[in-house]
Amino acid sequence: MAQTSVQTSQFCTFYLDKLLFGVELKGVQEVIRSLDMTKVPLAPAVVSGLINLRGQIVTAVDLRRRLELEPRPPGMLAMNVVVRSEDGAVSLLVDEIGDVVEVEEDSFELPPETLRGSVRTMIRGVHKLNDRLMHVLDIEKACQMTDVVETAAKGR
Amino acid sequence: MSDSDIVQDFLVESYENLDRLDRELVGLEKNPHDRDALASVFRTIHTIKGTCGFLGFNKLEKVAHVGENLLTRLRDGQLTLNPELTTALLGMVDAVRQMLKEIQSTGHDGEVDYPELRETLTRLQQAGVSVVMQAESPAPQEVLLPLPTPEKEIAAAVSEAVALPATAALEKPAGKKRPKPVKLQPAEGIISGPARADEPPISRQEEVLGSQQVLDSRSRDKAAETIRVGVNVLDKLMTLVGELVLARNQLLQISNAVEDASLQAVSQRMNLIATELQEEVMKTRMQPIGNIWSQFPRTVRDVALGCGKEVGIEMEGKETELDKTIIEAIKDPLTHLVRNSVDHGIELPEVRLKAGKERSGRLILRAFHEGGQVNIEISDDGAGLSQDRLRKKAIERAVITAEQAARMTEREIFNLIFLPGFSTAEKVTNVSGRGVGMDVVKTNVEKIGGTVDLQSTFGQGTTVRVKIPLTLAIIPALVVTCGGDRYAIPQVSLLELVRLESDKVAKGIELVHGAPVYRLRGRLLPLVYLSRELKLAADANRASEENDGAVNIVVLQADERQFGLVVDQINDTEEIVVKPLRKQLKSVKTFAGSSIMGDGKVALILDVLGLAQRASVVTETRERVLTEKTTEAAADAAEKQTFLLFAGPGDSRMAIPLSTLARLEEFPVTQVEMSGSQWVTQYRGQILPLIRLSVVMEERRHRLRALQAPPSPNSGPIQVLVLNHEGRSFGLVVEQILDIVEDRADVKSAATRPSVLYSVVIGNRVTELLDIPAILRSSDASAAPPAVAIKSAEVGN
Repeated sequence: MAQTSVQTSQFCTFYLDKLLFGVELKGVQEVIRSLDMTKVPLAPAVVSGLINLRGQIVTAVDLRRRLELEPRPPGMLAMNVVVRSEDGAVSLLVDEIGDVVEVEEDSFELPPETLRGSVRTMIRGVHKLNDRLMHVLDIEKACQMTDVVETAAKGR
Repeated sequence: MSDSDIVQDFLVESYENLDRLDRELVGLEKNPHDRDALASVFRTIHTIKGTCGFLGFNKLEKVAHVGENLLTRLRDGQLTLNPELTTALLGMVDAVRQMLKEIQSTGHDGEVDYPELRETLTRLQQAGVSVVMQAESPAPQEVLLPLPTPEKEIAAAVSEAVALPATAALEKPAGKKRPKPVKLQPAEGIISGPARADEPPISRQEEVLGSQQVLDSRSRDKAAETIRVGVNVLDKLMTLVGELVLARNQLLQISNAVEDASLQAVSQRMNLIATELQEEVMKTRMQPIGNIWSQFPRTVRDVALGCGKEVGIEMEGKETELDKTIIEAIKDPLTHLVRNSVDHGIELPEVRLKAGKERSGRLILRAFHEGGQVNIEISDDGAGLSQDRLRKKAIERAVITAEQAARMTEREIFNLIFLPGFSTAEKVTNVSGRGVGMDVVKTNVEKIGGTVDLQSTFGQGTTVRVKIPLTLAIIPALVVTCGGDRYAIPQVSLLELVRLESDKVAKGIELVHGAPVYRLRGRLLPLVYLSRELKLAADANRASEENDGAVNIVVLQADERQFGLVVDQINDTEEIVVKPLRKQLKSVKTFAGSSIMGDGKVALILDVLGLAQRASVVTETRERVLTEKTTEAAADAAEKQTFLLFAGPGDSRMAIPLSTLARLEEFPVTQVEMSGSQWVTQYRGQILPLIRLSVVMEERRHRLRALQAPPSPNSGPIQVLVLNHEGRSFGLVVEQILDIVEDRADVKSAATRPSVLYSVVIGNRVTELLDIPAILRSSDASAAPPAVAIKSAEVGN
């Protein structure tokens, strides 16, 4: 409901497997370098682990896995984009942080019909920037992952 | 402040007010002429009505309005409260509550406007009007108006403001001085002045006061100094304080290394402040148990009325404080127990009279702190439980066999009613038997680390005792390492630790068709490998190399079943702050939460029951477990006891029942300090008095000299049994801890020296069983000042 009423909106951008993604800036709590992470055995694969964010325990979600992209090459340190979801803060692990961009409403377009599967629910659409496309990530959908949790539970 | 904020505030305020209304109405029924209480009830409803009008909840306003009209009659003494009126008014409270819920979920006050209820209320009110005050004039018209006009609104508010001073001034019977708007208008100038100056608007105070009594003017003053704070703010504070403590620890380490006097002074001060801050913040989460008890008078009244009984409820220790999360968790189990007591425990008035009891039954709720736990007792003076009946029913339901039943102790028989499918069976009424049996009560209490116990005397009554920890936010836990990560195991499920050295591993761990077991004191203990359960298998080999092939077994209890959890390393026990897992991880049943360790890293808290289920340790139903237990009991008819064996002075063999033992500790001599002539040590933030068995056992004439000897600096670490006796902790220094054995201990002979209860044959050898109270007495007599005084002095610092 954000960019419908305002002319422009600001996005925090980041890269995943060379694709440019953006989340609404007001949904972002902070961006931090990689932190010590405690892995959670038996958890769905998209959950990388738990981090201590100044006394708050935050779940780290591997966004590459979540969006069904190639796994992150070994040795590549992820950055944490901490976003506020309904269920508290969640850290999204991304490859690299981009700029904050300001986009106008009319550069937005829904994803093409050919984009299928569960990924489609998480990508609201794209903003056509000058040189490339910015995928708009739906924070709630990306953090919810009831679908993943269920399949993981069944698999066991 | 936005609209939704106002509505939110209105809801919170109204819920609290309604809870108080329940209580006050029930109180009024017993004492219908309590004018203050009536005035307070009236004000509450009036406030709700007024706010509804303002916010546009018309249906709710209508219902509140008819209630208010009826209350006006009552307050003015034209009607006297009777059960019928009370029921109608309580019905109105329920209706209002229902509508508030509706508002909370949908934002408006629903479709129902309770015509029958309003009809009843109006009828009752008019009945009163016609009987009591036929001749009196303008009021009836006024009350029959469907909705109040603004003018009337003001008039009512004015009459409300003067109601208290007016009643105070006039000593005459109530019926004659009904405040009428006409009469009051001129008085306004005189009376409302002081009323405003003395007391801030009444509804404001009530809101702040929450569940406490409103009518005491002193408590009003106190109430003015409290403010409402959201729980999320407190939680956040708690988190930050936790972090502050971590930062402080790091700072302390640095300042110790740097050796800068000014830095050390600052860090010491910071240390003190952080500790104090932590304690205070912990306190903010505590709530008196009275908050949930306050609804019980209403519950009891409704249940008692429903089954034609008379029950009075008494409460002791309302102010006993508990962590908010626990308060919420025990609310339902307690409600169930209270209902049960009234429904099944207390007899009908005629039956009671026949049994020589008073017509009206007594239900007593008692809460008190004991040994870091909160005890809650629910006792009734009803019929009690019949052992024979329970036995018969248990056999009928094939829970136990007749043979087992004959061997069970009284306590075991009574506790049968906590088994699933057993509790509400006697006769299902609409009150009990709502699917929440006693087994659910037990499960829920155990979930938060508590215990339930039931005692009963046939014909005289039943007492249910619930013991629960003070807080869930911070729990003692054992920290273990597995696959390079740390895991915390809540201490409530922990039974003991066993370490198998590498040369004993091959012999100690046996296989039952591939399933590993360990013989723990002659019984097979199923073993669960944490690394395998958590699929950390890759690291398992490395871990066992680190341990030189030794195996660490953590013996745990899950749902009446024991199992051994094999971990790489056992670290230490720690008090940990529990943080719940987020939704993304809720499906992982193996973990109960997470916590931040001293070094700032996150560790997961194991859910012992979940882990046991995953490892299929707990698959059988409870009945099966019980059968097995009673079979065991049948095998050795006499009750077996578990003893801790240790060497006393002069190579004597001594024992204490394991149940009296809190922990086993080993202290280096350097940690022992002298306080007067008493050995003490600092232990878990307390000063633990150490009583030396060698001194206690010394003959009297040598005792003083032996007592005053400071510990010899060259001796090895001392072995200490930490015991709790009647709320005090102390350490008993023994020569050597030998073993834990289970034995019948039925060959006894009288003691040969003081501080010994009797001699007994344990494990085929004569062993002296210590008399702990006697040891404490003799130690108190010889050591001055007594241990308790030392402890309290320390707390004072």
